[in-house]
Amino acid sequence: MDESTLLTNLWAAILAFAVFMYVVMDGFDLGIGILFPVFGVGRERDTAMNSIAPVWDGNETWLVLGGGGLMAAFPLAYSVLMSALYAPLIAMLLALVFRGVAFEFRWRDPAHRHVWDFAFTAGSFIAAFTQGVMLGALLQGIAVKGRAYGGGWWDWLTPFSLLTGASVVAGYSLLGACWLNWKTDGETQKHSRRLMRVLAPVTLGAIAAVSVATLFLGGEYVQRWFAMPAVLVTAQVPLIITILTWRFARSLRRNHDLAPFVITLSVFALSFVGLGISMYPYLIPNSITLQAAAAPASSQTFMLVGAAVLVPLILAYTAWSYWVFRGKVAHEGYH
Amino acid sequence: MFHDANALLLARFQFVFTVSFHFIFPSFSIGLASYLAVLEALWLKTGKTLYLDLFKYWLKIFAVVFAMGVVSGIVMSYQFGTNWAVFSDRAGPVIGPLMAYEVLTAFFLEAGFLGVMLFGMQKVGRRLHFFATLMVAIGTFISAFWILSVNSWMQTPTGYALNADGQFVPAAGWAAIIFNPSFPYRLVHTVIAAYLTTALAVGAVGAWHLLKDAGQAHARKMFSMAMWMAALVAPLQIFVGDLHGLNTLEHQPAKVMAMEGHYQSHPQGAPLVLFGIPNDQEQRMEHAVEIPRLSSLILKHDLDAPLEGLDRIAPQNRPPVKVVFWTFRTMVGLGFLMLLLGVCSLLARAARKLYGWRWLHRFALVMGPAGFIAVIAGWMTTEIGRQPFTIYGVMRTADSMSPLAAPAVGASLVAFILVYFAVFGMGVWYLLRLMAHAPQPHEPDLPNAPAHAAGITPGPALAAGRRGELPHG
Repeated sequence: MDESTLLTNLWAAILAFAVFMYVVMDGFDLGIGILFPVFGVGRERDTAMNSIAPVWDGNETWLVLGGGGLMAAFPLAYSVLMSALYAPLIAMLLALVFRGVAFEFRWRDPAHRHVWDFAFTAGSFIAAFTQGVMLGALLQGIAVKGRAYGGGWWDWLTPFSLLTGASVVAGYSLLGACWLNWKTDGETQKHSRRLMRVLAPVTLGAIAAVSVATLFLGGEYVQRWFAMPAVLVTAQVPLIITILTWRFARSLRRNHDLAPFVITLSVFALSFVGLGISMYPYLIPNSITLQAAAAPASSQTFMLVGAAVLVPLILAYTAWSYWVFRGKVAHEGYH
Repeated sequence: MFHDANALLLARFQFVFTVSFHFIFPSFSIGLASYLAVLEALWLKTGKTLYLDLFKYWLKIFAVVFAMGVVSGIVMSYQFGTNWAVFSDRAGPVIGPLMAYEVLTAFFLEAGFLGVMLFGMQKVGRRLHFFATLMVAIGTFISAFWILSVNSWMQTPTGYALNADGQFVPAAGWAAIIFNPSFPYRLVHTVIAAYLTTALAVGAVGAWHLLKDAGQAHARKMFSMAMWMAALVAPLQIFVGDLHGLNTLEHQPAKVMAMEGHYQSHPQGAPLVLFGIPNDQEQRMEHAVEIPRLSSLILKHDLDAPLEGLDRIAPQNRPPVKVVFWTFRTMVGLGFLMLLLGVCSLLARAARKLYGWRWLHRFALVMGPAGFIAVIAGWMTTEIGRQPFTIYGVMRTADSMSPLAAPAVGASLVAFILVYFAVFGMGVWYLLRLMAHAPQPHEPDLPNAPAHAAGITPGPALAAGRRGELPHG
């Protein structure tokens, strides 16, 4: 592997890490938003929101790193993707506006708290769904003409992308329920456990459905998954999933606080590895490779220096911030 | 690159709309974060609870402003790609890394410490909490550093080459790109503007409560602090603005011609056009009220110096004068009003009437939004003055756009307008409601401060010990 390929692959890995961090960390925030209507007005909702109030902003920043990093390291892919995903992307951005301000506004306006609670849920749901739709749109392929998007405005909308959209909603909801199971106690925790029992099988079914549907998309997916050396990973997946499912069920039975959350994170990680196998070495399947989209080595090197120092630092102070707000969120979250 | 003129116009309007709305919030939060750090430092140093009360009061406002800044900022980081894909592809290798550095050095820093700043005082103790406040304040400044470097590079591009794909790529080291010629001036001018904007907003809130009760101790303190800031920083800003203008004259003369309303060249001494109605079609100033030779004096420090006009610029490279001429005058006019307010406050202080002159409080109240208006007007001046280029002199706005049809841009524009007015309109309403309450002794905490159950985690005794030090709300 020559130097520029190495650099490009490193950047692909860093961006994949940023996207993964976003997916799991804002995933549980958005999941809590999606589940919000299920929770009782008053204490239960307040507790649920308080459990993420100090960290949601940091979690969302990974999305900005994903977007900014893509533009910096792979400007061609950024420019093609943003045009191709125009409608779902703008819907996601506007949904995140509603979701984000609801954190503050619901406390500022008790008379209209139900309105902002609705904005919180609708924003979270639409953001999660459109993120899934965009993933589906990417996997099913994007028309490229020259150095620009060459397709139509509704190309992203297919049964497959709707399936991936719904799957992400299910997965985020499960993450949210697992987070609440970890961070709350009493009735809210019991409530979360009931939700987990429903959401876990739904999420597993969704992952299976998306995996199978991906194989039917055509292109090189079948070959990628079942060729050496990828098949060595693929072959383990059913076994790993079985083990994780068993561990999840057991931790639920034994009323573990943290374990279900960690297991769900591993399922997300596993799915993410699956996506990597599906995509690599393409950034836009079958049309633009990482190498073709890469910014010049001088740009990537300049950023790599910063990322090598700063990403560990960011992880350190983010971990500290989580540590400060460790433990269960009390019901009486007021002064 | 093919696209229709309507789509281009709509995309430009969408960018102006989203970025103007967005920038209102950071220009407030940059200043507020520093103000909060100062208040907390004063509290730690003097032990006076008045400062802690003011800190808690403005922290509630900061939380709302910051949230609106974050959500409108995420839109911006994707707006480049959605509507300006060709620009993103071509300029990405140069400006992308700077924006990535903004995320890595600033956004994470702010977000990582914001939770502790807002909710953590009882958990981490005073010193660590002050550290968190400082990190948030420094983060806002670092963010300004990178994004203004990006903007300045688009105004005065240096240190780049073009590759075979037509992309701008770094050619002379990153320092040449980051520290491009207009960057130092724009950075200082913008950061001071944020401080001034915040001072005026804080001063107006103080003035409002002084008008209701001239004896209110908290209102007195914040009014006095804000007026010191206005008196010291407004003249400094005018001086820096002048330097920034001279830098623009050197690197982007067409922009200055538009700001000055100089359609024609003046071989011997150019007049300062105070007012007039720019006519871009006929390239002339109608009903001009002018002071002879003053423009040459200001820009060249010589009454007789020749000044070129837009007639020396190729017609296809001329910026629109109509908007730039007026936004520039709005900014400068407000700047001098701010100076006047600062001077009046010094006079009042000298006469020991700072809390007694009600007309001064009314003046300060009216000037509350002046900073925001001046900031937006200033940005419109510099951005529209850069037209018809996105990267000055080398890449045209018309060649920068995504392959979008007008209905797509139009639909998203309508969505942005509806959502922004609804959401941020409510946000501003909540801010005004917060400001309408006077700060009180034992100012309460944020209503949503999450309390974590003590006794479960290993360090409750420590936390409880620290909790004892803090005056409770």
